[in-house]
Amino acid sequence: MSVPALKDEVLAVLAGVPDPEVPCISVVELGIVREVRADAVVITPTYTGCPATQAIEQGIRAALDGHGFRNLKIETALAPPWTTDWISDEGREKLRAYGIAPPPQGAAKNSLREDVACPRCGSARTEEISRFGSTPCKALHRCLDCREPFDRFKCH
Amino acid sequence: MTDGLTEYALRLGDDSLILGQRLGEWCGHAPMLEVDLSLTNVALDLVGQATLFLGIAGDADKLAFHRDVLDFKNCLLVEQPNGDFAQTIARQFLFSNWQELLFRELTQSRNATLAAIAGKAVKEVAYHARLANEWMVRLGDGTAESRARIVNGLDWMWRFGDELFDVDDVVEPLIASGVAVDVRKLRGEWDQRIARTLSEATLEMPKPRRAAKGGRIGHHSEHLGHLLSEMQFLQRAYPGATW
Repeated sequence: MSVPALKDEVLAVLAGVPDPEVPCISVVELGIVREVRADAVVITPTYTGCPATQAIEQGIRAALDGHGFRNLKIETALAPPWTTDWISDEGREKLRAYGIAPPPQGAAKNSLREDVACPRCGSARTEEISRFGSTPCKALHRCLDCREPFDRFKCH
Repeated sequence: MTDGLTEYALRLGDDSLILGQRLGEWCGHAPMLEVDLSLTNVALDLVGQATLFLGIAGDADKLAFHRDVLDFKNCLLVEQPNGDFAQTIARQFLFSNWQELLFRELTQSRNATLAAIAGKAVKEVAYHARLANEWMVRLGDGTAESRARIVNGLDWMWRFGDELFDVDDVVEPLIASGVAVDVRKLRGEWDQRIARTLSEATLEMPKPRRAAKGGRIGHHSEHLGHLLSEMQFLQRAYPGATW
């Protein structure tokens, strides 16, 4: 198989691997698959201490093995560091539909920002409840209009 | 004697590991749920950093669980007991403001692995520093009770600040070769950060204390051994046990 064809096929397989903590989006949409080479898939962790990192690697390994890519290694690269700007537009929409306010595209430079629209009713009147949430990548907010609490994917 | 880079990686990794373990002690005990989440999230980031730094020095798990107290190279600040919540925040305030500056510079290291770890972690540490700074203000400019506690907490932690800016003959050659950060050059900026937040918190600078040092060469306070006895219990009772 030619390298571009292999790449497309592997990416299609990985598009079916969900993030274990945010299963509405795939590891490809999350932007942690950095490169597909003839001999390896290169991935990068989201947060340094994210406990999902191991589960992600296992999920990718199982998917590759299941589709006949047993010879592909999985390599981890730390640099350049993962950023929420690498989440695809489709991934952002899926996050919103899932009830998690996605980070705006290009907002990673301003990682401490707090303004966010409610993923349910769209209102911009929201407040932060807890800057740290159920996973390293999320903070907890509340909508002041529809009153729903919601997770915000932190700009990073 | 280990080589310079290994020693440097141990120091960086042990700082993160020991503080991560300390913050983990708050899990389920913090004054409110949001604080519980915050401190354990910070702990998680720190343990992640430790895994990467200790990975430069060798097998991270073995280094964490099989070394005895004299072989740990963390600064004395991070091993200090949690005390009350204010003492924990005072420790985090001094440490995270230092670590953010350190990692910002370490991204320029000529050692690609150190630079990559720092590039990744510095974004997380900015969050830690902000958390600590905001709590300093809340406690200092809060009630008489919270103020008295943060004054006490800061007064205790203050003596461990100087060690963060020490350079010895292990690090000196690494600075010369562009691998390590010259922390002496960060002192002025750290002082400014500390003063700015203390002013916002309506707190005085603590009185100068005789600096307590020794962690970098394995001379620790009694507290570290107790911390390790808990952290390393499982591997000592059941050597080689896996998850």
